[in-house]
Amino acid sequence: MKRKIDVGELKSRLKRFLFGMKFMDGFIFKFVIYILLISFSYIYLYPILYMLVNSFKTVDDLINPGVRWVPTVFEWENYSRAFEVLEFPQSIFDTTWYVLKVSIAATVSSSIIGYGFARFKFPGKKILFAIMLATFILPSQVTMVANMIIYQRLDIMSSEWTMLLPAITGQGINAAIFILIFYQFYKTIPTVLMESAEVDGASQFRIFRTIALPLALPSFLIVFLFSFVWYWNETFITALYVGGAVTLPLKLQAFRASYELLFPPGTAGAELNEAIMLAGNMVTILPLLVLYFVAQRYFTESIDRTGITGE
Amino acid sequence: MKKKQATPKTPRRDFFLRQWLLKFKGFLAKYWEIFTQWWYRKISPFFSKIKYALTHNVVFRFEHQKITIFSFIKIRTTRRRIYAFYGFLFILIWLVGLAVFTLYPMFYSLYLSFNRAYYNLQQGVVTTWIGFQNFINIARSSILLPLFSDYLGRMVISVPLIIVFSIIIAVLVNNPIKMKGIWRTIFFLPVIISTGPVLNELMAQEATSLPSLQSSAVFNYLTNSLSPLIADPLTNILNSMLMILWYAGIPILVFLAGLQKVDPALYEAASIDGASAWDRFWKITLPSIKPLIGVNVVYVVVSMSLYVQGGGILDLARTHMLVGAPDSSIWYGYGYAAAIAWVYFLLMVIVMAVFARVFGGRRER
Repeated sequence: MKRKIDVGELKSRLKRFLFGMKFMDGFIFKFVIYILLISFSYIYLYPILYMLVNSFKTVDDLINPGVRWVPTVFEWENYSRAFEVLEFPQSIFDTTWYVLKVSIAATVSSSIIGYGFARFKFPGKKILFAIMLATFILPSQVTMVANMIIYQRLDIMSSEWTMLLPAITGQGINAAIFILIFYQFYKTIPTVLMESAEVDGASQFRIFRTIALPLALPSFLIVFLFSFVWYWNETFITALYVGGAVTLPLKLQAFRASYELLFPPGTAGAELNEAIMLAGNMVTILPLLVLYFVAQRYFTESIDRTGITGE
Repeated sequence: MKKKQATPKTPRRDFFLRQWLLKFKGFLAKYWEIFTQWWYRKISPFFSKIKYALTHNVVFRFEHQKITIFSFIKIRTTRRRIYAFYGFLFILIWLVGLAVFTLYPMFYSLYLSFNRAYYNLQQGVVTTWIGFQNFINIARSSILLPLFSDYLGRMVISVPLIIVFSIIIAVLVNNPIKMKGIWRTIFFLPVIISTGPVLNELMAQEATSLPSLQSSAVFNYLTNSLSPLIADPLTNILNSMLMILWYAGIPILVFLAGLQKVDPALYEAASIDGASAWDRFWKITLPSIKPLIGVNVVYVVVSMSLYVQGGGILDLARTHMLVGAPDSSIWYGYGYAAAIAWVYFLLMVIVMAVFARVFGGRRER
């Protein structure tokens, strides 16, 4: 039995496949969207891919215009040099330990401050909250001149306390965003819960500790991750207050100088080339990349948590 | 009568000492009574007050909805007052930090910007009031002025670019496509890894310009035909195009979150009434994310301004501050650095306000 092919039906099915019922669900539309997305993400990822590929290239590959995306030989030597210059693995532990301290301080303090703003009504709250948000746009370079003097008077210049103290008091890097995230989260907890605890005789601190904090654990994670990333990436303020070679990015900034110390110019086969520089860059961002791919969900969900899109 | 007269006489005759003692006793008794009266009236209440204080929590007492401090200040506690107290208690640490690490440094650096100020190991900061001289010097500087105009030019071109780009990406990702999470991951990635040294290195190796843009005819035409005032920032921007687009990471997610809040029924109703996809974009999608543009403008301007380029404005301010000395003729110390930072901050706020106005319009909420 041979079924007769209906040309008309085929045509309409093809049309349906290509354009869909309302064009929005057709094949062409989707195809165009995927093409656009893929090309945009290529543009986006191009510097990272460039960094990754070129960090494996030998000097010959770097010069050779025929080698673009796939190196002829994977040169691991670049990475071992970069490790040596950046004092791996000691520097990564030092950086992580320092950033961990600061970001935990920032997270804990902003959770307390956010709770104060979200839960209680007090005179002048709106003005204070507006000031809190406005501190976001104040560059730390405006306050650096006077802050230097303050730190010198407190005698904590060139120590980690210069970053820890502002973090503890909710004035660190992007602290306004962290407080805002906690504020929005605590707003979503039904007040009935806390009122019933209050009727049962719990003090406000007990309510905060036993009801609000356990519920806010996802916010804690988000704020911690962001503060970790931002404190890791901060170089200007850290170099100014804490010191020149505390974190990995700061060591990277001085890469050329420290490379020439380790491998003096003139040593055979030891010239600094772009591949080694890029290997150093890759090593510096690698911990953050790992962190990002492990906790990717929390990063991309963070925007919903800030609640700036309104409810 | 006899007896009465006799009794006082006998002791006087017998013992002189005893009589004297009795007299003394009478004297004492009289004053003892005065003393005890005084003690009873003045001192005892004082002791009983101390006793009361020790047994009744005088310093701080909280009973019957009333807080009594030193039995003197009486505060009726209402729910509102208790909440206000706890509210201030929770944000106390922030208030202290705001005063010490933000407000005081801010106004002190404003004050310093009207001074010639140098750091001195013996005396701390030595200031001399010079009025607006620092700002006039900035306006005369042949190094800083081009940097400031460059900054403005970069902002004027790249902020709209970032906003438009992020709206396009957000609308694309918001379509019913597969693997939404992966796209979000890709477009958020730059936020994680964009640290100053890495960006500088990428820029130095020209990995940030679009691969085929450099040699294109449009690029050459633009650089050759425009005046350098416009062409220079333009070439800078085209050379660091990818870096600029990297700032769109957070705006994309903000717009995406806004788009997901739009009621799908709106789109259905519009398409039933015959609106095309194009119409729906302009009439529904764009108005619904318009309020978010202001937020994104603020974020983009701030994050772009805080990127420190070697030899840029912020870098110069730092060098002026650290190297500046009274006998130096190139670096002018704390006051000049503060003035630079303040001018930069004001420009930033102006750029933000103008863009938020132009894009967002008036917010009706």
